[in-house]
Amino acid sequence: MKFAPFDYVCTRSLAEVYDLIEARGPDARILAGGQSLLTTLALRLSEPSVLLDIGGLQELRFIEERNGAIHVGALTRHCELETSPLIAARLPLIAQAMPHVAHAAIRNRGTIGGSLSLADPAAELPACMLALDAAIVLASRDGERRVRAEAFFKGLYHTDVRPGELLVRVEITPLEKEWRFHFAEFSRRRGDYAMVGLAAAARGPGPLPEELRLAFLGCGDRPVRAREAERVASGSASAPRAERYSALRRALEKDLEPQSDPNASSETRMHLAAVLADRAIEALSG
Amino acid sequence: MNSFKGVVGTSVARPQARRFVFGRGRYTDDLRIAGTLHAVFLRSPYAHARIEAIDLDAARTVPGVVAAFDGKAIASVCAAWTAQFATLPDHRSAAQPPLAVERALWQGQPVAIVVADTRAIGEDALGLIEVQWHELEPLPHPVATAVADPAHPPLHAALGTNIAYERCIVAGDPDTTLAGADRVIKRRFQFTRHTGVPLETRTVLAEFEPGLRRLTVYQSTQVPHQMRAIYAELLGLSEANVRVIVPDVGGAFGVKLHLYDDEIAVAAASMLLGRPVKFVSDRLEAFVSDIHARGHTVDASVAVKNDGTVLGFEVDDIMEMGAYSVYPRTSVGEGLHAISLTGAPYAAPALRARLRAVFQNKAPVGSYRGVGQPIACGITEHLIDAAAAELGIDPAEMRRRNFRRAGIDPPKTAGGIAAGDLSHQRCLERLLQLMDYDGLCAERASARKAGRHLGIGIAAFVEMTAPGTGLYGAAGVKIACSDGCTLRLEPSGVVTCVTGATDQGQGSDTGMVQLIGDALGLDFDQVRLVAGDTAVTPVGGGTWASRGLVVGGEAALGAAHALRDRLIDIAAALLDVRRDALVLSASAVRERDGAKSLSLAELGGMMHYRQDLLPSEVERSPVVTFHVVPTGLIANGIQASLIELDPESGFVKPLRHWVVEDCGRVINPMLADEQLRGGVVQGLGEALLEECRYDERSQLQNATLADYLVPMASDMPDIVIDHVHTEVTGTLLGAKGIGEAGTIGAAAAFVNALNDALRAFGCAISEIPCTPERVLRALRRVP
Amino acid sequence: MNDSMAARPAPLVTVTMTVNGRSVTRSVEPRTHLIDFLRNELDLTGSHLGCEHGVCGACTVRVDGDIVRGCLVLAVQLEGARVETIEGISASGEITDLQEAFVRRNALQCGYCTPGMLMCAAEFLRTRPSADREAIRDFISGNYCRCTGYHAIVDAIAETVEARRSAKGRGGHR
Repeated sequence: MKFAPFDYVCTRSLAEVYDLIEARGPDARILAGGQSLLTTLALRLSEPSVLLDIGGLQELRFIEERNGAIHVGALTRHCELETSPLIAARLPLIAQAMPHVAHAAIRNRGTIGGSLSLADPAAELPACMLALDAAIVLASRDGERRVRAEAFFKGLYHTDVRPGELLVRVEITPLEKEWRFHFAEFSRRRGDYAMVGLAAAARGPGPLPEELRLAFLGCGDRPVRAREAERVASGSASAPRAERYSALRRALEKDLEPQSDPNASSETRMHLAAVLADRAIEALSG
Repeated sequence: MNSFKGVVGTSVARPQARRFVFGRGRYTDDLRIAGTLHAVFLRSPYAHARIEAIDLDAARTVPGVVAAFDGKAIASVCAAWTAQFATLPDHRSAAQPPLAVERALWQGQPVAIVVADTRAIGEDALGLIEVQWHELEPLPHPVATAVADPAHPPLHAALGTNIAYERCIVAGDPDTTLAGADRVIKRRFQFTRHTGVPLETRTVLAEFEPGLRRLTVYQSTQVPHQMRAIYAELLGLSEANVRVIVPDVGGAFGVKLHLYDDEIAVAAASMLLGRPVKFVSDRLEAFVSDIHARGHTVDASVAVKNDGTVLGFEVDDIMEMGAYSVYPRTSVGEGLHAISLTGAPYAAPALRARLRAVFQNKAPVGSYRGVGQPIACGITEHLIDAAAAELGIDPAEMRRRNFRRAGIDPPKTAGGIAAGDLSHQRCLERLLQLMDYDGLCAERASARKAGRHLGIGIAAFVEMTAPGTGLYGAAGVKIACSDGCTLRLEPSGVVTCVTGATDQGQGSDTGMVQLIGDALGLDFDQVRLVAGDTAVTPVGGGTWASRGLVVGGEAALGAAHALRDRLIDIAAALLDVRRDALVLSASAVRERDGAKSLSLAELGGMMHYRQDLLPSEVERSPVVTFHVVPTGLIANGIQASLIELDPESGFVKPLRHWVVEDCGRVINPMLADEQLRGGVVQGLGEALLEECRYDERSQLQNATLADYLVPMASDMPDIVIDHVHTEVTGTLLGAKGIGEAGTIGAAAAFVNALNDALRAFGCAISEIPCTPERVLRALRRVP
Repeated sequence: MNDSMAARPAPLVTVTMTVNGRSVTRSVEPRTHLIDFLRNELDLTGSHLGCEHGVCGACTVRVDGDIVRGCLVLAVQLEGARVETIEGISASGEITDLQEAFVRRNALQCGYCTPGMLMCAAEFLRTRPSADREAIRDFISGNYCRCTGYHAIVDAIAETVEARRSAKGRGGHR
């Protein structure tokens, strides 16, 4: 299927983007890497009247350390996150997650800003932002505002981006040295969107985690921090596997509201979430 | 002197591959014909609906739209068709129109055609077509209409029932036999609908020349001559005025073997407009318009004695048909294979096998790689393993005890298949050696101690290849089971082969060139091949039912022998030596033990330019043609699968796969092995990933390539291949087909391996694909 | 479907890019994706559409040195970009050894996935050459092949990795 017709503007500056968002209204869509947007257009699932291409705004393409935080520009491509020494050293959770994102040809164009703005609940990066407690920076003509990841994702393909705003970067303060990280997911095939996935972090000077962060993907209408399971898990890391699975499962029933779809029932997703949590604790212990 | 080495039996690389690796394939959509228009189709969004009115006016006003036609307009130049076999008089079949008129019977059935300057403009115009639909209830599941509610209003009222075809095979007094059994093991099987997903979608470019009333159709098809006959018949043209040309074909697998309503509507549009019209199916419409396959709900059982002797099988197959029986081959072959081949590798005398093929409001089901044979294999091999497990007999030993024995058991199977001389026993022994069966069993045991769950599964199969004229000719259907080959000695001494066979990359072209080269003492690169043009090539069947090289190669070999004899006749006269003293070698006719010779270039030159030098008493034409009528050859083989089950997640990973196959003589081992490997992965796709998922309104839920999961490289194992060679008598070639063998046995071997691993948990699975959720359900970890 | 849009195509946009080393300028509808641009505007038919929604990999081409899905890139996004297709990297000789290995090993049948598969394999050879079969399978797992079952493709890539490695070891040009 061919794309429905649309106008195209190659923007030269953020100021121009803000003007165009205002002028063209809700039928305008921002085109970054295009890897999700053009797919939906290819299915004629949406037919915007104009695409505002921000791909040439080089000022949005960077990975830097500033004042102890890692700043990642919205146009940073998945392949750049995947191969960045700074990301590998300071945000290893993201480095672990990137190979699970689609395939090389997609990662070469897909951007972090595009992925987070789309807010697909089965995508990897939103869950990583949650686990790392990232700040999402939204800019408009009136200036910038920071939104914590957990408040940014508001529902299925729904974020806190307001009319006139553009996601310009994320800021992540790396967790201290005592933290260990684990990313895993169940997907039918390599590179597919996950049925269920987990971005996990654990802190503890000793082998057993004392503090845990479990951020799930594919388990609801948005990425979800499983706080009850985090609480239960911190106490049951040394429990026998079967017992730990049951405790996690009970906790996750409170944390998650996975939907049924033709790929998997909500029960299956809940079960797989508990398996992932259990395995994450195993991996993060010792 | 005789430096010529033949290449038959060696792994010669395919010369054609050199075009493809440089991006120089020429597929139908790569052709450029001046003035070509682009066709798009409005398809029914409902599985079942009345069309109260269609308004095309708004679509016609879009700049760049040239024309738009509804079903009535297309029907003015294209007749409807009904798939019927004289040999299956009980098959109830309804007339299918090129575009739906008054009623749409499945989601995706074409309703209107828009012809425009570009595909994109045509798609824009589709959005402006106004149709007044009146949605109707789709038929319920076939099991409901066949069993629970046979009085359900029929989809085709004139047929009086939703059962399109019913057949029962009874052999070997099953009642008495089964009464004497120690155990009867029953299972309910579910084989989900799949589709073929060739990477190049269906593509057709029709060019009608109004002055001469000639139609040329460039088409991605397996069967040019079949399509020529159909286009002529349904479009009211003389067959002599229809030419079908087949450019490169980007995969087919049975999908490009049938008449499609949209494709003939494109030809009709070209006739109405007097312009070339092209249609390239997009992937989304491919999922709802390509034929589907499989779709069986089967209750089956095996009866055994406590000593492991298999006494017989019972099968009750309810097969999904879709809205129409596919033209011209019908849709029932899938079911007929499923029931007649159940139990085929085994000596068990008793069989009761019932088939009911049932209409649905879904895409039509047609012949796809394997055609029902994977179903028969899946049922049989699952039951054999289940019986072996109940009796505590090793699965390999169970098969060893029960395989048919050549020369001892009756020549026909209980299902009526002439599979008397197959090498099941030898294939099994070779397989066990190849895979180191005992070693693997030990590995499985030690893995289990370490908490890993490996499974080993075996599946034996038979493969029906190269069928004879009884299949279609006797049914009154214009599909050639024969093939022809014309060989022409060129003035340069090169030989041109013009064949009716078609090649979609399998390598049958290469095999034919090998055969011709060896027979004529020519180097491999001294043979040229021409195929895929009904104006040029001998009438032939094309490619289907594992017949391309078997029939096309036989014709090529027959033609090569005839040309060889003619060249020897001429050379014997010119050189004044006895015929039997001459051989063809190293591009020349030579004295076996002497110095005299005439090169093929010399002979070719004389046969074209200096006939005056040739002896008048021998045939001097540089052209020979040879036609072959096959009688059907049954091949066999066995596969094994090693898998790892993650019982917590329900995910199953194929680790390794083995095939031992017996197609007699192997013309090109590399190409034969790659046919098997590709087929295995298609079978593993069926077992693990692929399914057409419909909802209760018969809406296809996963009609994108992101949602219909095909096997990709990282999901698939390495595949080890070996061959057993049983002599094939009665043909020059000595080879049987191999094209579907991989697909026939792979899913069964995989499912048996999975069930081997699941046995530790006291459960089993008999529904494919084996999704993680289905596995978790079998394990009772999720409801 | 937006009715007014269907009757009113968007204004054409003029774009200049380098394709296989040659500068080309065309005015195209903004909705034209790179593969339709290559095939219809430039008659470079080696790049194929298999799904046209970003899944099958048949449309894999290079943009500014990296592989992309050509059906998920608009031609108008590529102002000033450097595009390479199977035709270009065949002519340059960059993957002659890989192409030979594909032919020798019969790592293709119908050939429709082959240009995309070769572009993908070339990226693997360039960025992370390894003869490890799992690594190869992982890397090409975004490219669908219905014919081969992948085994022969993995063989051909692994063989090329080994051959390049030993050529390097012998002081070869690679």
